[in-house]
Amino acid sequence: MEFFLQLLVDGLTVGGLYALIALGFTMVYGILLMINFAHAEMFMTGGFIGYGMLNLFGNYTTIGIVSDALPFMSFLKSTQPFFTTTALGFIIMMILVFGTSAVLTGCLGMLIERFAYRPLRNSPRLCALISALGMSLFLQNFVLTFVGHRMVFPTPEFLANLDAINVFGYIFIAPIDMIIFCSALVLLFVLDRFVNKTKLGKAMRATAQDKDAAGLMGININSVIALTFFIGPALGAVAGTFFGMKYGIVTFNMGLFPGIKAFTAAVLGGIGNLRGAMLGGFLIGILEAMASGFVSISYRDVITFAVLILILIFRPGGLLGESVVEKV
Amino acid sequence: MLLSVKDLHTSYGKIRAIRGISFDVAEGEIVTLIGANGAGKSTTLRTLSGLETPHQGTITFEGEDITGMKPHDITKKSLIQVPEGRRVFPQMSVRENLDMGAFLRNDKDGIAEDFEKVMAFFPRLEERINQKAGTLSGGEQQMLAMGRALMARPKLLTLDEPSMGLAPVIIEVIFDIICKLNDEGITILLIEQNAMLALGISDRGYVLETGHIKLSGTGDELLSNEDVRKSYLGED
Repeated sequence: MEFFLQLLVDGLTVGGLYALIALGFTMVYGILLMINFAHAEMFMTGGFIGYGMLNLFGNYTTIGIVSDALPFMSFLKSTQPFFTTTALGFIIMMILVFGTSAVLTGCLGMLIERFAYRPLRNSPRLCALISALGMSLFLQNFVLTFVGHRMVFPTPEFLANLDAINVFGYIFIAPIDMIIFCSALVLLFVLDRFVNKTKLGKAMRATAQDKDAAGLMGININSVIALTFFIGPALGAVAGTFFGMKYGIVTFNMGLFPGIKAFTAAVLGGIGNLRGAMLGGFLIGILEAMASGFVSISYRDVITFAVLILILIFRPGGLLGESVVEKV
Repeated sequence: MLLSVKDLHTSYGKIRAIRGISFDVAEGEIVTLIGANGAGKSTTLRTLSGLETPHQGTITFEGEDITGMKPHDITKKSLIQVPEGRRVFPQMSVRENLDMGAFLRNDKDGIAEDFEKVMAFFPRLEERINQKAGTLSGGEQQMLAMGRALMARPKLLTLDEPSMGLAPVIIEVIFDIICKLNDEGITILLIEQNAMLALGISDRGYVLETGHIKLSGTGDELLSNEDVRKSYLGED
């Protein structure tokens, strides 16, 4: 039982990351019926930007090299203890790190849509898919060439000094896991409210259901699609930065497996369905944790994908995917 | 003229769907375009709404050239279309669909007022206000599509085959409402295969054939025209 609960905690943490990435896949698919292969690279890019920002505030090497040359850097050096050791500073730093990573990656997502996908919108769907694959390879190799193949994530002192949270005396939750799980829940909740309750969110849903009709309502389809390509990558970037903080490393090809798992999560939940992606993300995370804990870590992916296949046999549209019969 | 179309050409790839059509709609009129399948009726409306881009010709609405504008910009001008096949948002509730109709408006009171009006026109929608639009019957979806268009407060309402696939009783209701809307000052441009019904309520009509306008006249003139009677009313 203790073992089970411990695995559950691990599964929920990783599942939160999968859910955040899966949303990007499912949102783009919902609107453009296209699998954005480059989305895994949004996760990776977000991780690298998060690394850069965290370094700016907390790491010594970067600042040490150029600190005295630039007034801004010496300012950062003086604020560094505040950001890395105090609770308030840590929270502010986290907001800045994640905010920057999300916004920059979101903008990158919009750029990719504008230049790699939009010109192909009226071409056969395969064209955009190939363009997405190309974008994915380009981004990986760009980072590999100009940034580096891997970066070791610094751990802020404040976080390192926190004790693991002890529940019932036998389950231990690492602080970073707690942060990841709670942040993921908050983001998922906010996104759900946004899409279901706000005017802009409803415009997104309308666009996903019928682009022509949405245009006739006065919705600017291109803006809505651009917005989708901002939100998805922004959430992916948050996941990428969390990934770096949890595992202590980011690599140029780190998007591959989380990307496949998150895509699987989106399909499992019913691709195109936001709540499905969230549910799918957590399910895959838990399934993985259970499989590696109770069976073997080497059979983890076999079991995960076997369950996926089983579910899709009985519910081809995914768990929450509904097939509304349209009447003509 | 509220709407004036001059020498409009639109193609789908190499297929020239409309080849130089010209027509006018004056304020307060009901104008009908009739024609067989593939005559270019829907293409004409889609081009008016910006869903297709013409490669020649001009569309003038309220004295302004709107040729080649995007659909959302044309909607801003209060030229509103009820598309062929209703095209309601199937996974949204009836209320959400109506809200989408008022997407560009910010006048809360005006929207509420129009909402009441739509409810009065279509009591059936009020009964199903929280139901998903995809679960409505064809007739109800047509009512919803029209209600949604009304929420935009149209100056010119274009309707693409509102009677398609509906029971005669429902068609009567729909056409009644089209007349009522016209009485309230909304100009109507109608496309119909049901020529008898459409010309009966129209001030003027145009007959489209393979992308050209073949005939035009008042509704009664066309109804008594021999060619029209033969081709579209099924008389020998």
